[in-house]
Amino acid sequence: MKVVVWLAEGTWQACVDAAAEVAPPAASITLLHVTDPALASDVSDAYAGMVGRGSGGRDPGLAVDAAAARAAEAMLAAAAARLDRPSSPALRRGRLEREVVSAAEGADLLVVARDGPVTRLGPRSLNPPTRFVVDHAPCAVLLVWPTPPPPVDTIPPPPPHKAAPPHHP
Amino acid sequence: MGERLSLSGAPPPGEPVAPAVPWRSVSTVWAVLLLAVVLAFAVVRPRGLPEAAAAVPAAAIAVGGGLVPWAAARDEMIMLGPTVGFLAAILALAHLADAWGVFGYAGALAARASRGSPTRLLTVVFGIAAAVTAVLSLDATVVLLTPVVFATAAAAGVRARPQVYACTHLANAGSLLLPVANLTNLLAFGATGLTFLGFAGMMALPWLAVLAVEYAVFRWFFAGDLATPARPAPVAPSPAPRFALVVLALTLAGFAAAEPMGVAPAWVAAGGAVALAVPLSVRAVGRRLRTAREIALSTNPLFCFFVFGLGVVVLALRRNGLDDLIAALTPSSADFLGLLAVAALAALLANIVNNVPATLVLVPVVAHTPGLVLAALIGVNIGPNLTYVGSLATLLWRRILHARDEPPSTSAFLRLGAVSVPACLLAAVVALWVALKLSTVL
Repeated sequence: MKVVVWLAEGTWQACVDAAAEVAPPAASITLLHVTDPALASDVSDAYAGMVGRGSGGRDPGLAVDAAAARAAEAMLAAAAARLDRPSSPALRRGRLEREVVSAAEGADLLVVARDGPVTRLGPRSLNPPTRFVVDHAPCAVLLVWPTPPPPVDTIPPPPPHKAAPPHHP
Repeated sequence: MGERLSLSGAPPPGEPVAPAVPWRSVSTVWAVLLLAVVLAFAVVRPRGLPEAAAAVPAAAIAVGGGLVPWAAARDEMIMLGPTVGFLAAILALAHLADAWGVFGYAGALAARASRGSPTRLLTVVFGIAAAVTAVLSLDATVVLLTPVVFATAAAAGVRARPQVYACTHLANAGSLLLPVANLTNLLAFGATGLTFLGFAGMMALPWLAVLAVEYAVFRWFFAGDLATPARPAPVAPSPAPRFALVVLALTLAGFAAAEPMGVAPAWVAAGGAVALAVPLSVRAVGRRLRTAREIALSTNPLFCFFVFGLGVVVLALRRNGLDDLIAALTPSSADFLGLLAVAALAALLANIVNNVPATLVLVPVVAHTPGLVLAALIGVNIGPNLTYVGSLATLLWRRILHARDEPPSTSAFLRLGAVSVPACLLAAVVALWVALKLSTVL
């Protein structure tokens, strides 16, 4: 059984814990982290927009990119330690949702955490990239709550039943 | 009689000036071309050459070709001198503050104050970015603070997008408060006729209004990222770089205190930089030469030359028709609609040609009414967040560059600017209008 665990800031611990719980001992576990280079590139762009400053190695986008790479390595290491069983790390760069779906190709299970507002049940508990992953995953998906799930009564009451449409024979 | 070849085609002395249109249009074309080349070069930067490599020769051509008399060019550079001197000093001051660990300390402070909450981290970053921009200017926020904020968010297990974008946005929009916060403010400060504290007093309300609008837009725009639960990680205590913080506070007080005595802010900033540099150099045994070289390079001398060159090239265009055109487009009174029109025009110009040339073009035309100068500053400072790379030309060029390696995967920045810039402009103009009504100075 191949299990892919998508690690993201703030929620990865719940994914690792869930994988440790459900993956059989013989399963091969891949710990996946995706960095979207758009953030560092936007910072570079913002710097480029300040006319006349030259480049001279002062581009803060490069510093953000390097810090992002370090943070990703650190998260993978922390996740491997938390899992405490054999796993293989996978680092990818690109659009989050596309990279995760592509990394899940050929897997049997993808572990994903909700990452939107977690105070009530509902579709908003998935941010758009996570929603894309759940909708497009090419395998089974285990969708976990990063915090204890909110109670069922956080769902708004259903709208009143509409009157049945008039019957036309 | 041989005709003297001149770029400007200016009529020889003694001849009637009346049919001015033909010669003026030729020199206008030349002036437009020169400015276009300077700006295009600054965007494309062929072979990584500095922007000054085009701006300085272009200025020489403008003077040599008769588009600008040498005396006028010299006066322009004398006028720009204190501004450029301040620019060099504040860049060095920010570099030295970083070497003293001020930005690292700010990051640690933000991590501690946020207690693991993405929203609280955003709030604290707003405060820090606004303060850094106001005191050390926008370069410090973009170049030195942004990477620290990213690292702080990552270490706290927080998705860094809102906080990082906050830094880049506030570097522009948050630079309204003090004359030293932005090169644009420095270029226009003289035309306002205000004192250092008078400027801060007039711009305090617009600055606060912009911060409030940006904060509301960020909370709404990044609601998803901010709602992701984070697990607070223990933050290692970091000692405050007290000496550097005291020097920065004294420098800030010095800007206001030295002005009535006729001391330019450049000298105050240079004094602060020297105060920070000396202990560092003394301690850097064996690396003194390298430390001194780093400090010298941090003043970015080529940038300073670029500002001089650009000033002369813009002057050439102003003297050859642009002043008349801009004067026809700008309202002459500082009523609410006048302020709004000038701010909008300034924002538009900043997005077409970048905000420094936009300021050089616009401020002399509205200098007759200080309220309009402040409105122009609102436009040129907030406007760049719309295309976020400073101008449309830069945006298009960066897109072409990126198309080769990795496609730009998000338009988040553009969408954010489309929401925040119009709202900030309006809020700031309303606030400025109120400040002008309440003011006894203007």
